[in-house]
Amino acid sequence: MFHSIAQTFNKSFVLAEMEARKLIHDPTELVSRAIQPILWLGIFGEALSKTRAIPTPGLTYLQFIAPGILTQSVVFVAIFYGLYIIMDRDTGTLQKLLVSPTPRVALVWGKMISAGLRGLSQALVVFLFTLILGIKLHITVVTVLGVFILIMLGASFFSGLSMIIASIVKTRERFMGIGQVITLPLFFASNAIYPINIMPAWLRAAATVNPLSYMVDGLRTLMLFGSTKGVGVDVVVLAAVSLVISGLSAWLYPKVAI
Amino acid sequence: MNIIHAESLTKRFKDFTAVDHLDFDVESGEVFGFLGPNGAGKSTTIKMLITLIRPTSGTARIDGHDIVRNAGSVRHTIGYVPQMISVDGTLTAYENLMLMARLYEIPRAERTERVRKTLAFLRLEEHTDSLVRTFSGGMIRKVEIGQAMLHRPKVLLLDEPTTGLDPVARQEVWEHLFELRKRAGTTVFFSTHNMEEADDVSDRLAVMNRGRIAASGTGAELKAKTGRPDATLEDAFVLITGNKLEVSGDFREIRQVRRTQSRLG
Repeated sequence: MFHSIAQTFNKSFVLAEMEARKLIHDPTELVSRAIQPILWLGIFGEALSKTRAIPTPGLTYLQFIAPGILTQSVVFVAIFYGLYIIMDRDTGTLQKLLVSPTPRVALVWGKMISAGLRGLSQALVVFLFTLILGIKLHITVVTVLGVFILIMLGASFFSGLSMIIASIVKTRERFMGIGQVITLPLFFASNAIYPINIMPAWLRAAATVNPLSYMVDGLRTLMLFGSTKGVGVDVVVLAAVSLVISGLSAWLYPKVAI
Repeated sequence: MNIIHAESLTKRFKDFTAVDHLDFDVESGEVFGFLGPNGAGKSTTIKMLITLIRPTSGTARIDGHDIVRNAGSVRHTIGYVPQMISVDGTLTAYENLMLMARLYEIPRAERTERVRKTLAFLRLEEHTDSLVRTFSGGMIRKVEIGQAMLHRPKVLLLDEPTTGLDPVARQEVWEHLFELRKRAGTTVFFSTHNMEEADDVSDRLAVMNRGRIAASGTGAELKAKTGRPDATLEDAFVLITGNKLEVSGDFREIRQVRRTQSRLG
């Protein structure tokens, strides 16, 4: 029993390690992915902070959206993760992994961890860019650790959700269609680029159940206020939904191969 | 001793019976060729044997392990090489093998040695740290065989292992498989569309048609069914299945075969 639990974690990390090695062998993907958050902060953020159209009491608008943009860039990487299992299925890699004595949930966790690692590389880019733009953030051991945990959990949830969608639709074309349809509503129905209290009631309701809001909320508390107040709730919510999603995804995963 | 024993193995999809009460045996150490036109049920049979899908009824045992009740033991007993390219091009040969070594729980102390020896066995040692995407089709197949043999499986199941390979690479792949059988007694179960190859390498063959085994035996036994002394296995195949050999099947299948050919070729 203990042995098999240890093996499950072990194999999740092996699978994630190989994903990390791929990025080391060919880091062009990381470079191209860095462009989007830089545009959001550097153009969208700069422009809107000049108009002062959105009230963000006590904060500049750039400060306000920095955690939102970080969240968005992590989530947008994770939300297309299902594409990898469709590609693995089309090449036979997926079948080979399913035939090996690897617990299904380890296959899912392996992908979730690697989505988290890609997310962390995005965080590094966003942090560096905020320094360049002179956006004031609290960077301490505690806040960095908190940011690390929130990114891993957020990436886990959204990559897990993506793998569930991929398991159901099974083809790239359908998957890309759905991916395009859900990303922007997910982003707009959250507190990423405007505060929840200026939203109409229906949007506020959507934002409150959107896991993305919990990630933004936690990151904002840590990065802008250097506080951990309420971050525990964000972490617990994200961990709980990630766990549910990984169970569901592990159940659906083998069906992709058929 | 029979290393694979299928008993009334059946798989139904809704109202279509893909595999219909299949009975067959593969002896330990045999090279067993699995033939049949597309849609005959070969792939479905292989998917059941490797525990990817569950039979609707009946069962099979591999080295005594039931494919449904002891799927975990079956997975440790077999090695599987899919038809398509299943290595990771952005990883090195060493990393591709190390991934499998760790998933198959080969003890830490032995892992590195085992991976290196396997690469040497396949004459890939010079390419240990090269990215697999720079490899030729034949080399890629060898990496895949390496991945599948690392944990010393008793049975190696290969889905069209030489489709799209040039004759030299094809021959080399078979040399390695025969060497593996000689050294470790590994049983080789493979599917193919290439009749000449099947006749050359197999100890015994089975021809599937419409979900059943239409005929089985040695190449000579199958050819004798035509009643002509100069008959090829292809003649026997046409007689048994009533089918011309051609690549048919659904869109996805054709796309995969073509993709494999273009990438391996």
